[in-house]
Amino acid sequence: VSWRRFLRRARWDDERRRELETYIEIETDENVARGMAPGAARAAAYRKLGNPTLVREEIYRMNTATFVETLWQDVRYGFRTLRASPTFTTAALLSLTLGIGANTAIFQLLNAVRLRPLPVARAHEIVEVRVDPQSAPNGRTGAFFGARPMMSWPVFDRVRREQRVLESAFAWGSAAFDLSTGGESRVVPGLWASGELFQALELTPAAGRLLTAADDSACASRAVVVSHDFWQREYGAAADAVGRTLHLDGEPFQIAGVAPAGFFGIEVGRRFDVAAPLCAIAVLRPRVDALRRGDVWWLSVMGRLKRDITVEAATAQLASIAPGIFASTLPSRYNASDAKNYVGFRLAAFPAGTGVSALRSTYAQPLWVLLTIAGFVLLIASANLANLLLARASARERELAVRLAIGASRARLLRQLLVESLMLAAAGAVLGAGVARALSGALVRGLSRDSASAFLNLSMDWRLLAFTAGLSVITALIFGLAPAVRATRTPPGAAMKIGARVTGANGFGIRRALTIGQVALSFTLVTAAVLFARTLGNLANVDAGFRADGVLVANFDHRRAGIEPDRLLIVQQDFLRRLEHLPGVQTIASVSIVPISGSGWNQSITVDGARHQDPSNINRVGPRYFETMGMPLLAGRTFDARDVDGAPAVAIVSRSFAEKYFQAPAPLGRAFYFDQNVGEPPFTVVGVVADSKYGDLREDAGPIVYLADTQEPEPVPDLSIVARAARPDVDLRAAFTAAARELHAGTLVSYQRLTETIDRSLVRERLMAMLSGFFGALAGILAAVGLYGVMSYVVARRRGEFGVRLALGAQPSTVMRMVLGEAGIVAGAGVAVGIGLAVLAGGWAETLLFGLRARDAATYAAAGLAVAAVTGVAAAIPARRAARVSPTIALRQE
Amino acid sequence: MDSDLIQGTLDLLILRTLQPGPAHGHTVAHAIARQSDEVLQVEHGSLYPALHRLEDRGWIASFWGTSENNRRARYYRLTPLGRKQLAQRTSRWDELVRAINRVLRPLADDSGRSA
Repeated sequence: VSWRRFLRRARWDDERRRELETYIEIETDENVARGMAPGAARAAAYRKLGNPTLVREEIYRMNTATFVETLWQDVRYGFRTLRASPTFTTAALLSLTLGIGANTAIFQLLNAVRLRPLPVARAHEIVEVRVDPQSAPNGRTGAFFGARPMMSWPVFDRVRREQRVLESAFAWGSAAFDLSTGGESRVVPGLWASGELFQALELTPAAGRLLTAADDSACASRAVVVSHDFWQREYGAAADAVGRTLHLDGEPFQIAGVAPAGFFGIEVGRRFDVAAPLCAIAVLRPRVDALRRGDVWWLSVMGRLKRDITVEAATAQLASIAPGIFASTLPSRYNASDAKNYVGFRLAAFPAGTGVSALRSTYAQPLWVLLTIAGFVLLIASANLANLLLARASARERELAVRLAIGASRARLLRQLLVESLMLAAAGAVLGAGVARALSGALVRGLSRDSASAFLNLSMDWRLLAFTAGLSVITALIFGLAPAVRATRTPPGAAMKIGARVTGANGFGIRRALTIGQVALSFTLVTAAVLFARTLGNLANVDAGFRADGVLVANFDHRRAGIEPDRLLIVQQDFLRRLEHLPGVQTIASVSIVPISGSGWNQSITVDGARHQDPSNINRVGPRYFETMGMPLLAGRTFDARDVDGAPAVAIVSRSFAEKYFQAPAPLGRAFYFDQNVGEPPFTVVGVVADSKYGDLREDAGPIVYLADTQEPEPVPDLSIVARAARPDVDLRAAFTAAARELHAGTLVSYQRLTETIDRSLVRERLMAMLSGFFGALAGILAAVGLYGVMSYVVARRRGEFGVRLALGAQPSTVMRMVLGEAGIVAGAGVAVGIGLAVLAGGWAETLLFGLRARDAATYAAAGLAVAAVTGVAAAIPARRAARVSPTIALRQE
Repeated sequence: MDSDLIQGTLDLLILRTLQPGPAHGHTVAHAIARQSDEVLQVEHGSLYPALHRLEDRGWIASFWGTSENNRRARYYRLTPLGRKQLAQRTSRWDELVRAINRVLRPLADDSGRSA
């Protein structure tokens, strides 16, 4: 077929018509010349030619891509059929929209978190260089800052000079900069970027220029780059934004340029507003000394592989330079065992084309689980649609039989029915994409409560497109194939018998099996929902070891208050006393590590000359901390006025600490050292408090040692406190802010309730409980609708039988029991299969649970009850209908 | 006649008919009928799809012209490709006929003489 002729086939046909007419004219002329009458001459000409229409049709067909042609017919026909049954179409579209929408939304998140490459050219070439975890069995020690503390600056500096496998090595770290120049603090996400970063990633500025090695070497330029997003929000994309001054933590910097649109940084799940060169950390965080210390981990080192260098080859070269690098950057503060660890580190390259992300370890598995759950929901919805289509197929049997009888091929009818299904699925996919957009946006906002500014790129890419398109095709096949095959299988003769009961039992087997499958899947999903809800409940009710209710956490940042370092401790102690005497305050205490906030501090412990490799968590708190937190003192005393700087160093330890390191419940008066402080005066245990959770509610309460805030040799300029009000309805925040401003106008204040801190640590569990609960409920409802449909069908089919039974004196309750019994068999079989499924799937989700096992009899029982209740209601309606069959009407229909 | 056989041979006959020069459908139909001594009785209409198919393959080309009795008619002529096809197919046909004859009348010479 030539496409030219296909597209102009109407014109072509017209030419043929004229050509055939010519034949008739010439033949008629000749016949007339032979002496025939004109009418007879023409008739003879037609006889000789044959049927001109048939000839034209034959040629027309030769010019036609039959498949395309008839497909278009099918689409138009399908559109008319769907429009003719609006209730069916609406129900089908609604379930498909929700089902496909939910799946697409979850996949959108998964794609953004796990699959999408970095928004840079040839992202697959990017690798991360870090310490091979296998070479660091005892982990790394020192101070850790930022979201990906993998490298120290001295090591990075050596790597970038000695590596031979990357185009150039660059480093970055996550930061937070306060843009305010006084008053309310305004913290934005930031990026520490080495001078090579922008060039190595081959980014081009949207305005101005990007940072270069020169900006990073001396920091004299004080140049920063802002993100495209920030440029638009803050400056309305004005060209003169370049060159303006921006204050980071009060220090002036100059905007050198704007990063390209879409470049959010290297860490998936976070974005940056301002990127400052690494050297700026010396100005902005002078205390950390991050540009000199080898035990300050704050950078992630990356680079683009040179042409023809594999990850393995890169690792080999990096491993060869590692011993020299680690030997020459050994931090001076390390003790012998830390040093031995450190010089044994090896460097290795790891693919980083999809960026790096802290979200991945937390959310990748939950998202896979949720995607599976959403897939099950779609399956259940598809089964409902298949049921509906089977019912419709019975109704359309006559129409299809007629078409088969007059010569339509079965394949053609099958295709037409499948085209209808595909149209439904495609419309569902388009609508579902809209639902997905809203849903995934809401989910990201939910995640944002976890990490201050979760940012995920949810825009359309080919993966998402392929997923949604594939999903809709598969769905259409699942719900459309069986009904279509069945509908075209009935012999035309049987279907066309007048008044024949064409809806035989043969379709019923499929429908019953579908319903059993639905009940089984929904049981599994309800089980998952119960498991995740109980996990959340267990975590919310877990004994953290302290009373979070009514505790307010406040942070006072004195960095801009201009307090001299040697006066800081006195000023802060005075300030605390002032807060303590504010009206409404019951107790107050300073704290360096707020529990369950995710921050941490730990060191190994040496007792009686023996160093324990397992470290203990550490906190530095004020005298009334335990009272404020409601933690009982088990032995000894709390901190008091004796414990000042210069007095013997004291510690209060948790019960686990006492038992683990001293094997005694109350080791009062015993001494211990932190690893690197051996030789200095030891810490003496003066009290023992009850165990409490430290960094995470999911962890067991381990050993914790509390040090006295009043013995702090180097006070920090930002002071955190916990406070408990005298009465629950008192809000202390206004009074605290006023007191802080009174002390120093430059003090920045922020607050959070301790319960909010804990809530934020449970975002993942809440997300799982919420979504699995939603999907579980949806699954239950869909399965109930399926069962309702099948039982209604049973009742309609056996109407006559029920009429006879009732006429012969059966009690309506007996008839009702018969129907319910039949439903019970379907539901029971479904639950049995569902338990099997739940047992099989259980192990997979185990790690996401807390305080219970996945294969949990009580959970199965609860889910079974829920499914039984819902299916019972669904079956009761047709059962009542059966019991109310009027014998006379039913018999008359027989 | 068997339709498969007709289709194959019809193409050949059409090409052969057009060898002397362009002709329109009516002429071609009558020429085939006449030259085969009215043995190949096909409906003249079935000629047109064949003409169309050959044109589609590029063996013949068509143009509108005026017939002997002043009718607008669609004329067909052989293309160079068609000419080559005709030569090839004719020789293949001859081979085929010879082969079939050898099978059907293995003693053709003797029987010829004795007859």
